[in-house]
This record gives sequence, structure tokens and C-alpha cells, in this order.
Amino acid sequence: MFRRLPEAKGDTVLITVDGKPVTARAQDTVAAALLAAGIDHCRTTPVTGAPRAPYCLMGVCFDCLVVVDGRGNRQGCMVQVADGMRVETQQGKRDIAR
Amino acid sequence: MSTDRKSYDVAVIGGGLVGASIAYGLAKSGQKVAVLDEGDIALRASRGNFALVWVQSKGMGMPEYAGWTVRGAGLWPGFAAQLKEETGLDVTLQQSGGFHLALSEGELEKRAALLQRLHNQPHMLRYDYEIMDRSRIEAMLPEIGPEVVGGSYCPLDGHVNSLKVFRALHMAMERAGVRYLAQHGVDSLSYRAGEFSIITPKGEVRAGKVVLAAGNGNARLGPMVGLEVPVRPQRGQIVVTERTQPFLRYPVVTVRQTDEGTVMLGDSVEEAGPDPTVGLPILSSIASRAVRMFPRLGSLNVVRTWAALRVMTKDGFPIYDQSLSCPGAFVATCHSGVTLAASHALLVAPAIAAGGLPQEEFGVFSSRRFHVPASA
Repeated sequence: MFRRLPEAKGDTVLITVDGKPVTARAQDTVAAALLAAGIDHCRTTPVTGAPRAPYCLMGVCFDCLVVVDGRGNRQGCMVQVADGMRVETQQGKRDIAR
Repeated sequence: MSTDRKSYDVAVIGGGLVGASIAYGLAKSGQKVAVLDEGDIALRASRGNFALVWVQSKGMGMPEYAGWTVRGAGLWPGFAAQLKEETGLDVTLQQSGGFHLALSEGELEKRAALLQRLHNQPHMLRYDYEIMDRSRIEAMLPEIGPEVVGGSYCPLDGHVNSLKVFRALHMAMERAGVRYLAQHGVDSLSYRAGEFSIITPKGEVRAGKVVLAAGNGNARLGPMVGLEVPVRPQRGQIVVTERTQPFLRYPVVTVRQTDEGTVMLGDSVEEAGPDPTVGLPILSSIASRAVRMFPRLGSLNVVRTWAALRVMTKDGFPIYDQSLSCPGAFVATCHSGVTLAASHALLVAPAIAAGGLPQEEFGVFSSRRFHVPASA
């Protein structure tokens, strides 16, 4: 769905998404890394379970919520990736314990 | 301005939970009913309340109110089923019992003493409640924090989605034939020759009976039809978290998880006049007490805060009354429009449709109770 611009350069980092390794640019947000990796939805909604993907990419719409390093409801577009980061897609409501 | 003088059996002034419940009940009793409502600018306790169907601790000083509340809570299951059948909306009533939690031995002793005094009142309708120690509460609410020393539990308590109740009542009343008139804030009303004339910015409405269900607005409207309704706004503030997986199996009087997963934290009491604004000092103390009760709440994001205005009498009890000088004028006002919704639809409305509020049942709730000389 998305391809990186050919002139995009920079260091890469390795994260996992639902346990699978994903290579991202060091400057990526989690949302950008997911989109670049071809992951077409990052969560399902808490009430109806509809799939959602990153949308506004600027911290407003809250559609890119994911679990980052064990903590739920993080806005993927507001968190920069880091080497070894564990990202999980979020199914429905966040668990209060994580 | 309309000159179309519509005439109804009953005009209900106020389209909140109290007004909609009564209007629905009146229509079910065969009355031709109009609801005159202000519209979206109304100070609407029905949209800001904490959504408890609550029994424990109510009625200190008026045991009849405790009995009225127990009866109302008992009517709720059938009423919720009736609303679902008529509207398709599930208001998610849960009457599992509910808790009041104490964060110190002192709080627990005070709570136990209060409930004992309440139940020792003459003519008190006794109902089950228990003072529980920490270990018993932990078995029912495993997420409690170390500061919780105990609390009171009453099996009659519960909660509901009050926004869905509000929506369901409006749907049900319109299906039952009630005419809903928005933007009909009442400028004045008068009584002449057995009929009420109600003047609104949208024109005049006429009715054989009138029911004041306008919350704090009743204080202004009452005297126009010979009713005294001494109510004042009392502010409550609420904090709402993001949605989480269900973790609270029972509502606590200040912390409850809604059917859709948000956690609501309440419920403050402030004498702030008609000002529905929130403030950080109160919100932070609400949040802090809630986190001491359930430490994991501290990891949740807050998504909304709001304030709403309770409709409060001097003694905290409802007013149900009928006018002596303007027969056919009634008032119904309380700060428990959720808990008492079924009572208003199934008990108050049929009495009004039949002609009046029976003295033996409703006399105690008349505002005549305020006509006692102040003692020194």
C-alpha cells in the first residue's frame, strides 16, 4: 500500500510487531513503520470490533492506538520507534493491567 | 410566532429523565401528552449524571424515601425489559449489588454507624446490607488497593447506561404518542377555568394538567401555579477514562465501569450556584481517591471530564406535590432521576392521570414539609 521514497535514507532499527521482526527507519513513528511494513490495520475498536488503521498521523484522531512495550492505547503516530521495541496490534479494549 | 393553540390532556414541562419518564407513563395511561423542552442549551442533569441505580444510605431523616427508593429499584428490571421491547435499546441494567469503600478505619466506622442509624429509624423499611472487611471485598473486587480497609455492600444497588435510558425513554414516549416540543422553554404559565396556558417562545400550549419536571427550573415555575419548589443547583464533577477490558464486577458509589468499558469517577458535591464548570482541585481529588481504591486506574488515560448540576432540596429528598390553588398542576423533582425512573413512569404518572397524588403515599414528599419554624 505504501512505499518509501527512493531518496529516503538513514539508519534502520529492528522492532517486532505481534512478535514478527519488522525493519523500520530510526526516525519513523510506530504508525509510519506499520504502514511502511504493509500492516493494514493496527487495532480493532472497543465497542464494535471494526478494524482501524493510522489516519491523521498527527496525534488527533486516536485511530492508530497500539500496545507499545506492553502498554496499551499508545498513539502509534506520537511514538518514535526504537531498536528492540515490541509493538502489538490491539484487539478491542485495552486491558487495564497493560 | 405560532398562534396555533394546541390543547393536551397533560403538558409535561421538562424533557429530561424525570419529564420523559412521567410523559411516557402518562401516555401509557391513555393521556394525550406534550413535553415542552428547552433544547440543547438546557442544563441537563440527565446527560451528566453518574448512572447509578442506588439504594444504600438513602433515607436518613425520611424513612419513606428509603422505602420509595427500594421500590423504585425493584421496578427497574421489568422497566428495562419493557423499554427494550418497545425501543430495541438495551439500557444495560446491572443490579449486582454495589459498594461504598472506606480508605481508613475511621471512614469504615463512620459508614457502619450511618447505616445502623438509618436502619434504626422508626418505620424504616429494612433491607439487606453488609459491612464487609477487606478480605471479603477483595474476593468480590480483586483490584482493590492496599488502602481499602473495608466497606458496605448492598445487594439492591446497581447501575445502568443512563444515556441509553434517556434515549430509550424519548423513543418510547414518542412511540406511545407523546408530542415532544423542543425549543419550548416556558416563559410563563397560568391557570384559568380548569385549563393551563403555557407561554413559550414558540407560542402558546394549552393543557388540562401540567407537570413541572424542569429540574432546577421548577423553582421559578412553581409559584406561577401555586407550588413552592425550593430546589437549588448542586454541582457534581465527573472524570471519565478511556475504555478498558471489564475489570470491575460491581459498581462502587464513586467508581463504576460502564457497559462500553470506560470508567467513570465521581462524585463530588459543591455549592457553586448555577455554574457547570469543572475545576482541577476537585477533579484531582476525585482521581486520587479512585486510584487509592483501584491503583491500576492510575495507568489509564482520562478522556473526558464534566460537571453537572443536581436538583437539590434542603433535605435532599424529592418533592412530589400538587397545587391546591391550581388543581391539575403537579411537580416532580429529585436528584435521582435514574434510580427513580421506573417509579416515575409506573407509579407517579398513573396517579397523575387518575387525578391526583394519593396523600397516604405522596403526602410525605409535599413541599409543605419545609413549612416548619426554624429551630434555634
